Amino acid sequence: MDVNEVLLPGVGLRYEFVNDEGERIGVVARRTGGAELIVYEGTDPDDEARTVLRLTAEEADALAEMLGAPRIAERFADLSKEVPGLRAAQVEVEAEGPYAGRRLGETRARTRTGASVVAIVRGEEVTPSPGPGRVLLAGDVLVVIGTHDGIAAVERLIRGG
Amino acid sequence: MELSAALLLELGVILTALSLLGALARRFALSPIPLYLLAGLALGEGGIAPVPASGTFVEAGAGIGVVLLLLTLGLEFTVAEFTVSLRRHLPSAWVDLVLNATPGAVMGWLLGLDAGGVLALAGVTYISSSGIIARLLVDLRRLGNRETPAVLSVLVLEDFAMAAYLPLLAVLAAGGTWRQALLGLLVALAAVLVAFTVSYWWGHHLGRLLLHREPDPEQLLLRVLGVTLIVAALAESVHVSAAVGAFLVGLSLTGEAADRARAVLGPLRDLFAAVFFLAVGLTVSPGALIPVLPAALLLALVTAGTKLASGWYAARREGAGRRGRLRAGTALIARGEFSIVIIGLAGVRHDRLGALVAAYVLLLAVAGPLLTRFTATRAPGPGPEAAPS
Repeated sequence: MDVNEVLLPGVGLRYEFVNDEGERIGVVARRTGGAELIVYEGTDPDDEARTVLRLTAEEADALAEMLGAPRIAERFADLSKEVPGLRAAQVEVEAEGPYAGRRLGETRARTRTGASVVAIVRGEEVTPSPGPGRVLLAGDVLVVIGTHDGIAAVERLIRGG
Repeated sequence: MELSAALLLELGVILTALSLLGALARRFALSPIPLYLLAGLALGEGGIAPVPASGTFVEAGAGIGVVLLLLTLGLEFTVAEFTVSLRRHLPSAWVDLVLNATPGAVMGWLLGLDAGGVLALAGVTYISSSGIIARLLVDLRRLGNRETPAVLSVLVLEDFAMAAYLPLLAVLAAGGTWRQALLGLLVALAAVLVAFTVSYWWGHHLGRLLLHREPDPEQLLLRVLGVTLIVAALAESVHVSAAVGAFLVGLSLTGEAADRARAVLGPLRDLFAAVFFLAVGLTVSPGALIPVLPAALLLALVTAGTKLASGWYAARREGAGRRGRLRAGTALIARGEFSIVIIGLAGVRHDRLGALVAAYVLLLAVAGPLLTRFTATRAPGPGPEAAPS
């Protein structure tokens, strides 16, 4: 997907892209934090863009979180492409595993495998940088970053292999 | 300390009146600036309700208003936005300058003004109101349009031209010679260059200095305001104009420091800018307005046309079609705060000029936004456009 960036001096930035259905969509990120979602109708440059939504800074953040929550692991995957050898993976805590109901710190995952748990996804909710006191529940998905071997080790650890 | 009840009462009444006028203007989605000017006209000598007690406050407040207007203008700038605008729209900026400064200069010459007066009037007709227009583009939901980057780029370059223009004006308006004026211009340009370099290479250091030990808003406000006023005073004492000094401080601050400074200065700027517009209105007597009205109307008509042309040109460079070009042209027509700043700096010695510019800004600050609102916009269909914001 190509995202075109247009500078709006003094106001902010405008991103434009064409979605899968061929609609031209724009997102204005205002400097003050607010955002606007825009749909362009037709290809005629004279056609005015239609602002579909106008969001305050808070609303824009909330929307980004809603759209972004299920995709957080994918985004980490993008990040790990930047560093050779670094990978990201999701490891689910299973009910029959040894750590369901126990604290994250008790897994000693970082010490034992070298890989880091950078986020925990529980349903719609994402906890970035969880502390060692965080209790893991069955169904939690750990977002793990590390080397290939490190991630495999975390998987074995959490599954009780 | 003895409080003057008369002063407090006058100020209270004035500010209340301004707030009512501001609310009225916003109701019709117009800029409050022309109404503040009108309020000044009504209160001044020969007006309906003279305000003797608050005179000194308004005078001092107006000076601070100019400094804050230019400081926040400088804070808006980023080097990246400026260079992008310059690269894409330098020809638009020249077209804009030549087309719009000329009518003002010719009118000044016809009226028999001196060099300072001619230069002032040229600046008044040249500079569009970035404050009014940026807000207008948001309100009219035009941020997504193709022509909008062109409009905003032209505004950025115009605002930047003020850094060269104001020192020139400050010297000539004070009765200096062209030689002194050029010297002032050189000093100012060198200072701008220094400010830009500082902000580009050491901006984060400067910001860190300002944000040293995590200041609360109060601390930050005092620091920024203190530094700005000192620099403004220095600039004024070397005849470069306090306004330019404040602009330079704004330019040198970038990133987080600029964002936070903008946030704490916003309300203060609004207050003192309102006082400044009021003060300019106060210096013009309503009686002087009537004789200059034909000249102001003519100038407004001509320069609305020339702005339309320069906006048209800039939007065409951005690849906008005819309707987009028309929207860009009409959007740029509004003149406002900086035309008044110019007259605030130059108008002290020119009585007639003050009245002419007041009438001119009154006309275009109202007509500009109205024109662009009803030009080349789509028929209001279902959807968010129908709801006024």
